[in-house]
Amino acid sequence: MKDVKVLGPGCKRCEATEAMVKDAAAKLGIDVKVEKVTDYAAIARFGVASTPGIVVDGKVVHAGGLPKEDALERWLQA
Amino acid sequence: MTVETFSARDSDPKRPSPWGWIAGLGLALLLWGIAYSQLVPISERLVSLLPVDRSSHFGQALAFFFYDTPKVILLLTLIVFAMGIVRSYFSPEKTRAALAGKGEGPANVMAAGLGVLTPFCSCSAVPLFIGFVSAGIPLGVTFSFLIAAPMVNEVALGLLFGLVGWQVALTYLGFGLGVAIVAGWVIGRLRLEGWLQDWVKDIQTVGSVAIPDEQLTFVDRIKLGIDAVRDIVGRVWMWIIAGIAVGGLIHGYVPADLMVRVMGADAWWSVPAAVVMGIPMYTNAAGVIPIVEALLEKGAALGTTLAFMMSVIALSLPEMIILRKVLTMRLIAVFIGVVGTGILAVGFLFNMLFG
Repeated sequence: MKDVKVLGPGCKRCEATEAMVKDAAAKLGIDVKVEKVTDYAAIARFGVASTPGIVVDGKVVHAGGLPKEDALERWLQA
Repeated sequence: MTVETFSARDSDPKRPSPWGWIAGLGLALLLWGIAYSQLVPISERLVSLLPVDRSSHFGQALAFFFYDTPKVILLLTLIVFAMGIVRSYFSPEKTRAALAGKGEGPANVMAAGLGVLTPFCSCSAVPLFIGFVSAGIPLGVTFSFLIAAPMVNEVALGLLFGLVGWQVALTYLGFGLGVAIVAGWVIGRLRLEGWLQDWVKDIQTVGSVAIPDEQLTFVDRIKLGIDAVRDIVGRVWMWIIAGIAVGGLIHGYVPADLMVRVMGADAWWSVPAAVVMGIPMYTNAAGVIPIVEALLEKGAALGTTLAFMMSVIALSLPEMIILRKVLTMRLIAVFIGVVGTGILAVGFLFNMLFG
């Protein structure tokens, strides 16, 4: 079970990113728990300065803008 | 293990050849050039098709509108695309790493410069602010970045260059960076770190997290440029049309001597009035520049007009409402005071030099 966190205050891109993570996981048949982190202090504690950010199993893999689809699949499979 | 993944990636059959993209890009640029060279004949033709006298007020306003709208949109598309590619080499995290640990003066200069180049959207303003401050970047340096980022942007520079001229664009670049550097430096000197909201001060710093570089190919960067066009041009086109409509009305109806009296270099009070008027106005560079062009043409002083433009873009209420989450009212008041003073100085200086 992968633990994925999407960091972002709730802008349009953050929601799109969350949907992309869920779609990619469904496509790959990977069991994921997606959690949205909207609290600014919590986002800052991950050391991210641009949103949306993606954290997979506690590791920041992406920050700023929508992720690339193939990169997203690689992170989920790693 | 690593060797395997690398070889698998290199021979990836799904990876498209970049040549199709490069050919497409060349073709798009060619079409752009043809369209741009035909702006005058097409706009004149459009006006002549309408039952309006070309030399009437309304005819002049229409000609301005039909010429400027496609021109601004074409220019904006090209500039935003090019900047989208340039910005794919920068990120707020890299900028933060570059600024951390630098001494205050030089860091202010760097922060203002990087503010122009780093991709940044206003919905990211709060995470960026906290991310910078919690990584130990001084408050004043963070402000230099936050002032320069919206004020000296590619949209403002490109449109000024295209519509008003390169001299004004360069001067705007210089003075915009100047205001960001000096205002940030002054805020740093005032030592206002205690005026942040309490929860911001309490954030435990994690330092900079290294985010693994996502390797981008040239095709990825072209796609990012296209994304930027879709995003920015898609968002600002209504502002542009509104701005050009107002510009067209000024162009067709406002008599030049009125403008000289109200916004000319002799009316000293016009500079502070322009700054105050600009604060509650919310538009972006794309909407305000067509108005600037029309104002200048009617005899408004350059300094007054630039002060108006900087105030509209840099001192916007919505951005302050966002920053209210991290700054106390006192700090916001200082921010408005310092940046406003800088803009006033630019306005007066310009009117003196070019008036």
